[in-house]
Amino acid sequence: MMILSGDPPRSRILTLVLVVIILALAATPFLFPGAKALNVAAKICVFAALVASYDLLLGYTGSVSFAHTMFYGIGSYAIAIALYGMGPNWAAVATGIIVGLPLAALLALAIGLFSLRVAAIFFAMITLAVASAFQVLALQLSWLTGGEDGRSFQLPELLRPGTVLISKNLFGFEVNGRILTFYLVFAVSALMILALLRVVNSPFGRVLQAIRENRFRAEALGFRTVFHLTYANCLAALVAAGAGILNALWLRYAGPDTSLSFSIMLDILLMIVIGGMGTIYGAIIGATIFILAQNYLQSLMGVASKAASEAGLPLLPGLLHPDRWLLWLGLLFIASVYFFPTGVVGRLRHGGSDKGRGASH
Amino acid sequence: MTDLAANDPLPKPKRDIAPILLPIAVALLMIPLIGSTSSWLTLTAASLAMGMMIFIMASGLTLVFGLMDVLNFGHGAFIAVGAYVATLVLAPLATSIQADSLWTNLAVLAPAALLSMAVSGVLGLIVERVLILPVYGQHLKQILMTTGGLIVAEQTLYALWGPQIIPMPLPTSLRGSFILGDVAIAKYRVLAMLIGLAVFIAIQLVLNRTKLGLLIRAGVENREMVEALGYRIRRLFLGVFMTGSALAGLGGVMWALYREQVHASMSDDLTVLIFIVVIIGGLGSIGGCFIGAILVAMVANYGGFLVPKLALVSNILLMVAILMWRPRGLYAVTSR
Repeated sequence: MMILSGDPPRSRILTLVLVVIILALAATPFLFPGAKALNVAAKICVFAALVASYDLLLGYTGSVSFAHTMFYGIGSYAIAIALYGMGPNWAAVATGIIVGLPLAALLALAIGLFSLRVAAIFFAMITLAVASAFQVLALQLSWLTGGEDGRSFQLPELLRPGTVLISKNLFGFEVNGRILTFYLVFAVSALMILALLRVVNSPFGRVLQAIRENRFRAEALGFRTVFHLTYANCLAALVAAGAGILNALWLRYAGPDTSLSFSIMLDILLMIVIGGMGTIYGAIIGATIFILAQNYLQSLMGVASKAASEAGLPLLPGLLHPDRWLLWLGLLFIASVYFFPTGVVGRLRHGGSDKGRGASH
Repeated sequence: MTDLAANDPLPKPKRDIAPILLPIAVALLMIPLIGSTSSWLTLTAASLAMGMMIFIMASGLTLVFGLMDVLNFGHGAFIAVGAYVATLVLAPLATSIQADSLWTNLAVLAPAALLSMAVSGVLGLIVERVLILPVYGQHLKQILMTTGGLIVAEQTLYALWGPQIIPMPLPTSLRGSFILGDVAIAKYRVLAMLIGLAVFIAIQLVLNRTKLGLLIRAGVENREMVEALGYRIRRLFLGVFMTGSALAGLGGVMWALYREQVHASMSDDLTVLIFIVVIIGGLGSIGGCFIGAILVAMVANYGGFLVPKLALVSNILLMVAILMWRPRGLYAVTSR
């Protein structure tokens, strides 16, 4: 209970699902051989942390930010540029972290001070504008960021796939630098999610929820709402930048498509809404469902599309084309905002009834 | 206070002209900076044309927000839909587009634009009923629902038309420029300016001279009071929403012709631009939206000419500067 900050999943099925997900992730290198499974597992870890940090904003304070990928991108690019420029050593990793995290926090502070004073809707629009400007900026400063191509880099010796830590004849599995990197990603993501759980269950987190439910009243009770919101914004940015660092370390690459594009922002929104806002656990569920769907549903759609085109049906092949999977997720997104706004977690916690405290008002 | 006699006209509220002077001041300030008068005139014309197109797209959004506190993050979808629908008319009639006669060209463009507006408007009706009505009054869900709507619309466009960029050539008679001395002004920009001005004047006339406009303006200022007087503001809102969507569709056609290409991702870029315009102008204000659109276009054109590097963040800087001056936008019309 201590480790979960006194906020257990509060549902048997949910607990079971979470345990299965976490065990499966932890055992991926041994259970599911192959690069694809490991990539999917690492991506789930990174996105679970990223989405959890977004939940702090969306679910707990009720402010919609469209700049979350910007912080994610700052983390990714900071580590990528450091490792690219300084060579594959630990000093470069440290530099990337030391530059990236404060930069993200400072930018979040600036945006927060500028726009959180006003209504939530202003905040959403201003973050959208700032994020798109940042994206263009990152593309244009190609001497620094590599432009459209991004930056590929090498990891320090210890984390490379070639480094064999435990040879195959000891356990029957080879533990190499790649698997070590995976566990680094897994452990840091887990730590960040637990830290967020701690934050939202602290008195500070309660104030955030009070602001979400009724900002005017929270202010009347004497809380400095702008301070609290800005603080939450900075914390979320820090964790997002942390997730970005992990993502870049895992991919050994940072580029506009993997760490900065607007479609990642939409992915985050989809994950959080499907998983359940204002629960933190929803982030883990949402990220798992979404990324599994992204990686495996697409091939299924490919088969369906082919079958439809062979059957000579009009329109369906286009609609079922693997590249159109976002269409179906978009429909799912709308349906879930409409029919079960508390997401999977809320559904499981309240046994299918919506009587429980909704987290999405 | 002075006493009013019975026959005196009612005292008029003071006109706030500082925002109107702002774009004029910016334009005049640019003359010495740019140096040559002919490039200044060309750039100014370009700014005005671009500003008008942005205004057409943004006007619906600002009214919808002002009237019902609904912020439609999917507004960009109407723009893209409008542009795509226009290709349905323009592609089969390519020969009339290539004909070198203004009237033949316009005879094709006009129905294309009208069809786009009709389809966008009907889509607006569906979106309002399906996506916005169920979550009416809940900001967070509105943003999520309309963002979801944007994803679905964009993906559907890709599914129907394919992911490639569709070329949309300008009609022959609208190509080229009017040359006045050493000043060149593209013909299409003149047309865009004329349409934009017509739309602006039409909106202003409806808002200021008709009972419908009176109700809309009253609704923007105080919705409850209009409802208390017995008007069905929801129906009014639906009408405004559909009109706004149709205008976005028109703007989409014009923008596609301006860029001479159609792609679903155009809605993403334009959404950001439109939001900046709506924020600068003050949510709910048509006049502010008009001035904001021109300012954004001016910053893009002058900025792109003088300091190309700055053009990337110039819109954000403009927004910051305006909000420092007037935190609620140029004209704060809503009481919220």
